[in-house]
Amino acid sequence: MKRGKKSALLSALFMGLGQLYNKDYVKGIFFAALEAFLLIFTIPYFQKAMWGLITLGERPLYYQNGIAKGDHSLILMIQGIIAVLLLFIIILVYLINIKDARSVGNAYEAGQKPLGLAAIVKHIWEKYFHFVMLTPAMLSLIFITLLPILVTVSIAFTNYSGPNHLPPAKLVDWVGIENFKDLAGLKMWNTTFLGVAKWTIIWATLATVTNYFAGLFLALLVNANKIKFKKLWRGIFIIPYAIPGFLSLLVMRLMFSGPGAINGFLASLGIEKIAWLSDPLLAKTVIILVNLWLGAPYFMVLMSGVLTNISKSLYEAADIDGASAWHKFTKITLPMVLFSTAPYLILSFAHNLNNFNNIYILTDGNPVNAAFKYAGHTDILITWIFKMTYDQYKYHMASVITIIIFLIVASISAFAFSRTKSFNEEDMIQ
Amino acid sequence: MTTNIAMENAPKKKKRKSLGSRLGTTFLYAILIVQTIIVLVPVIWIVGSSMNPGNSLYGSSLIPKNPTFAHYIELFTKTDFPIWYMNTLKIATLTMIFSVIFITMTAYVMSRFRFKGRKQGLMIMLILQMFPTILSMTALYVLLWQMNLLNNHWGLVLIYVGGGIPYNTWLVKGYFDGIPRSLDEAGRIDGASNLTIFRKIILPLAKPIITFVALTSFTGPWMDFLLPRLLIRSAENKTLAVGLYEWVTGQQNTKFTLFAAGAILVAIPIIILFAYLQKNIVEGLSSGASKG
Repeated sequence: MKRGKKSALLSALFMGLGQLYNKDYVKGIFFAALEAFLLIFTIPYFQKAMWGLITLGERPLYYQNGIAKGDHSLILMIQGIIAVLLLFIIILVYLINIKDARSVGNAYEAGQKPLGLAAIVKHIWEKYFHFVMLTPAMLSLIFITLLPILVTVSIAFTNYSGPNHLPPAKLVDWVGIENFKDLAGLKMWNTTFLGVAKWTIIWATLATVTNYFAGLFLALLVNANKIKFKKLWRGIFIIPYAIPGFLSLLVMRLMFSGPGAINGFLASLGIEKIAWLSDPLLAKTVIILVNLWLGAPYFMVLMSGVLTNISKSLYEAADIDGASAWHKFTKITLPMVLFSTAPYLILSFAHNLNNFNNIYILTDGNPVNAAFKYAGHTDILITWIFKMTYDQYKYHMASVITIIIFLIVASISAFAFSRTKSFNEEDMIQ
Repeated sequence: MTTNIAMENAPKKKKRKSLGSRLGTTFLYAILIVQTIIVLVPVIWIVGSSMNPGNSLYGSSLIPKNPTFAHYIELFTKTDFPIWYMNTLKIATLTMIFSVIFITMTAYVMSRFRFKGRKQGLMIMLILQMFPTILSMTALYVLLWQMNLLNNHWGLVLIYVGGGIPYNTWLVKGYFDGIPRSLDEAGRIDGASNLTIFRKIILPLAKPIITFVALTSFTGPWMDFLLPRLLIRSAENKTLAVGLYEWVTGQQNTKFTLFAAGAILVAIPIIILFAYLQKNIVEGLSSGASKG
């Protein structure tokens, strides 16, 4: 057997063994010490975590001499998933150790001396610079992005819900695909789901399209040759984008409320009060209008950048041909703008599908819809999920719907991102 | 910004404007003014309300009859507002600093190094961060609890920084791609290391996008209220968004005028930053876009 292969095998048996065999003491001792540490100190931790993940606890909350004891199913599940992720990282280190042992073995055969500590650090810094730099991003991706996703997905396969399966007083169990069947089969769930989903799509489409074209309109207006003080106008129109969104939304909520400023203004004109936020259709209209106020500036800023990049020669050529302003707009400006900003249009749509703040702060999803389960007329899927969890404790169903939304939003976004400059043409730029 | 665009219909050479063209210009200005009113009315209303005596916003006219600064004084003398302000400033600043460091590092690698799974990795990052976060909160809660970071500003910073990496990396990478590779090569010939090239060549040239990312990393935590509401328990650790939100929502909370004054103090620094950095925002927003 070749020395490299033999070393790799030794290191697979116990970390660092292959390196020690080749007299590479620095790395050998490091890896061996790491494995010894893991074996001595972490086995009970992993055992308990796996037990928790599989059983989700065996005894609910009880008191012993006044001290709370017992298993909290959800915490056990999350701890279990954290342990799985840690285990995954350990396996990765193990594989690196085996790969390293093979190269150390080969180097020994070739008569090279093992590197000292300083040389190893230097070698890693130079040859694996990109991995070192990526480590913070990788770790945060695993624990801050991936972990919550895994937990949510796991909950979809449990009966975690109030009042019968709500920890710590009760235990949660794995139930397989029961919840998915319920969503498809039980009328009370799928009526609400379809109703809310319909408004979610209408909302996201209208919100995106109105913002997009209002932004284009503002950008064209401000950038028109005849207009003076461009910076001033742009400065004014950018204000809604600069004000923290939750503040604007709270202010709008107060303005449109029953005794609010808008009705006050109407009253001074002798017009009766209008129930802006309690009539379903009016409330929806208000939401779209407020969103326009909030969101159009974003597109105005984006389009201003795009408009300045359109080559002037195109318009000059059109002028020579005697094209009208409308013709120039539809044949030059619009296609160019649409082409450049299409990915943003799609991303904005995906964002609006999940635009929690706009709906929740403005209307709380109200007015109430008696035909829906836990949802109001203006609720979109994401606010419905929020109500299901924070008010109703139906975590299991909320997770199922979260997964469905994610699948939709993810495919839309993947399409949009894959069409952007940041993904394409990168090697053509020199 | 002198762009030739479709709204223009009068040829430049004609010095004296026709009546029709002048009417057209007036019409454009009329639209601009109407837009300005729409944009400014809520702003003026909230400014007016903040100077309105008493507690109620309702029925108050746009400009109060007896303006008073009492609410501003009350904010700083009788409420926790200054504490919230400092807390939020601390969280937002820390988030901004660490975000810029980690995002530029990641974007540099993604833009300049070629390794297996790079493109797929970037796409996976972008897609995963689209996952709706409502239910994720419980998981983050337990994670921070295990790390002993509950009710702690660093816990929030950790999540904001980590959560912001994917999208911003994509944005910054798009900008880095536009910086000629030949500059790197020149640096390498002079014996510069990867880190030196990154610090001395790439970063200075990427100032607009870095400014943009710094700005959005700052305003994100400045405005967020979902996460701190869940993760911050004690009154002395509260943030602005949570504090202000609690003043005006719910049944007994009717400190409307105080809210208005607080809202203005929250919005002002952000508006100043935006006004000051207008140019960078235009560049930053469109740096990931496809080329026109």
